Amino acid sequence: MRENLHRFFRAARGAGVRVSPAESIDAMRAVAQVGFADRAVLRDTFLLTLAKTQDEKRALGDCFDLFFSQPEPQQQETQEQDKTDEQSESGGNPEADAHGDTSGGGAESENVGPLAQMLLSQDRTAISTAIANASGAASLSDIRYFTQRGIFQTRILDAMGIQRLRDDIDDATANNPALAERLQEALTGLRGTVRDAVSQALLLYGREEAENLRNEILRNAPLARIEPRQVEQMRTLIRQIARRLRERYSKPRKRQRRGHLDVRRTLRRNAAWGGVPFLTAWKRKHRDRPKIVALCDVSGSVARVSDFFLLLIHSLHEVVDDVRSFAFSGNLIEVSDILEKKSPEEAMKEIMAKVGFGSSDYGNSFDDFEHGWMNTITPQTTVIVLGDARSNNLDPRADILRRIGERSKRLVWLNPEGRMTWGFGDSEMPRYATFCTVVRQCATARQLERAVSDIVATYQ
Amino acid sequence: MADTRPTASIEAVESGLAAQGYIASRQIATAVYLSQQIDKPILVEGPAGVGKTELAKAIAAWRGMKMIRLQCYEGLDEAKALYEWKYAKQLLYTQILKDKLGEVLGGAQTLGAALDQLHAFGDVFFSKEFVEPRPLLQALEQPNGCVLLIDEIDKSDAEFESLLLEILSDFQVTIPELGTVAAVAPPTVILTSNSERDLGDALKRRCLHLHIGFPEQRLEERIVESRVPGISQTLRRQMVGFIHEIRSLDLKKLPSVSEAIDWARVLVLLQANELDHEIVKDTLNVLLKYEADIEAATPQISAFIAKASRHGVFS
Repeated sequence: MRENLHRFFRAARGAGVRVSPAESIDAMRAVAQVGFADRAVLRDTFLLTLAKTQDEKRALGDCFDLFFSQPEPQQQETQEQDKTDEQSESGGNPEADAHGDTSGGGAESENVGPLAQMLLSQDRTAISTAIANASGAASLSDIRYFTQRGIFQTRILDAMGIQRLRDDIDDATANNPALAERLQEALTGLRGTVRDAVSQALLLYGREEAENLRNEILRNAPLARIEPRQVEQMRTLIRQIARRLRERYSKPRKRQRRGHLDVRRTLRRNAAWGGVPFLTAWKRKHRDRPKIVALCDVSGSVARVSDFFLLLIHSLHEVVDDVRSFAFSGNLIEVSDILEKKSPEEAMKEIMAKVGFGSSDYGNSFDDFEHGWMNTITPQTTVIVLGDARSNNLDPRADILRRIGERSKRLVWLNPEGRMTWGFGDSEMPRYATFCTVVRQCATARQLERAVSDIVATYQ
Repeated sequence: MADTRPTASIEAVESGLAAQGYIASRQIATAVYLSQQIDKPILVEGPAGVGKTELAKAIAAWRGMKMIRLQCYEGLDEAKALYEWKYAKQLLYTQILKDKLGEVLGGAQTLGAALDQLHAFGDVFFSKEFVEPRPLLQALEQPNGCVLLIDEIDKSDAEFESLLLEILSDFQVTIPELGTVAAVAPPTVILTSNSERDLGDALKRRCLHLHIGFPEQRLEERIVESRVPGISQTLRRQMVGFIHEIRSLDLKKLPSVSEAIDWARVLVLLQANELDHEIVKDTLNVLLKYEADIEAATPQISAFIAKASRHGVFS
């Protein structure tokens, strides 16, 4: 059973639950206490000891249900009921059957191998056990990619002795066509069962690898050109990135022991020495948390990137004190409330309905911002502009951008276009770049993560 | 009398807690049972008011143990949680013993000799007598074991979490001047968190993780029944059904079990026999704590009452 538990832990890791060795030891101790008799209690036990968040509990629950539902061997058609009955009566010791059984009904199968015996007897438990044993021998839990399904099926069937079964079928075709037919059917059924077992194993153990591979591809794909069916996956990925950033930056770093003497705490700490200050206590330095003002172009091809960027910025509550977001194409509006209150899909739809689909006019949009919200920028604010800086040859109003840069702590420009194209056509990037603290390309999820991570890190 | 023997089964935990008026779901009972069997703290997470703190109280009452509570807040440090030296007493004693010290050191000719003589007395002023035990140390010193409730751990700083690690895994603390203090009897430790911030993995790893959410209809009815015995069955079913409907709304603060119990008490006080629009509207402020929430829920009251009553008929 321990072997099974270990396999379950591996499956749990595959499902995205981080199971450390210490936790697996705890789980085994707990299981030793509650036993295997009651499946609901066993499930609760695993949920208590292994999963440490709500999401993990859900994933582990699904994994548990999948793991402990073994694929049932397919029901074979029961023809010639009487003969099979006799078979199962004399079952139990396949070796003895194969060699010593000479009674009338079993005579025709006296020369077949153990696998054929088993199939003929239709003993489902025996078949399940045999598949499980063969899976173990073929180390099925090592399966990682869907391309490996075929090879594992072959290995399992080999381990079960399919060669002997084939020989039996060949023999029987000549001597006993009816038996051959039955064996052939049973073999088809067996193949199906093994295929199910392998698919299930792939689902259990291969998920992590498959997901890693997919995420790796997704992280490096240009955000503006991903297919609609990948949008949902990308949202999940962005949420993961947000979680990672939160974990990295939400814990306060070691405070600096510098600044003014904290007289009160120093006196208290040194009371034991009659107030002679052996140990000093310093006033703690107050550290700002990031304040972000984001201006996002939502026209044309930049819209997708803005969508994901806004989603990321707005899921950083623990790290970022205050986010004000603005969206623009021809003119500019504030969208913070819409993003806070609605689901990402609805929010984006509403934003697009309000300002999207116009041709972008950076000058006019900056003008709107200066008149409406310039006072939101304080010396603690990082201003992030996301856009391709293609202003359709209208006045870029770089002077406003200069004033924004002067008021703020940092002005960061994220451009989804490659550096090669900056400054060509109607791109005003070089003029804007003069006033920005940082300009970086931001076309993929990976670049997005790097950009946001750097912005938050400057406050640490 | 304290009962330190481990409990026999999950059912025993369930009935024991029920005897104290705490209706535990199967998962809660399993967690309590396991924590006693394998000596692990339980980390309880969940929304406010679902009975996280009550669980610790119920366990303490059921097992007849003392409950020691440590309320966490920002800036909590080891001097307030673990131990502190009794500075005043130390000062007073040095003053009183001044003359005595003169006597002791009287024979010494040189400074070195005096120091040697002083060393011979050891650290008299840093001994157990001068330690003021705070909740964590108190919990370790209880001879019959106790229930240690570390409430709202998410409110404390990340440094405080690290301080807890030694206690949680080995039931001991190290005081530099005294050495390691191990628990006389391992306490039952319950930590609660409202998930205001993510706790560290090191802390989570040392605990059984129990999430208490809003209970199902039946369970909540039983909880209300045990806490507010005077309420009639139909009203109970209706009000719990109504609260379940309310929870489906998008509210700032969803009403939880404690609010349900309060509301049940209010309804009994007002001698209501069944829910109607008028009484719900008047008492809605017991359930909902924000003006905006009340505004959002008010137009739905009639529909919810109708639904809740229908639910009562069929179940």
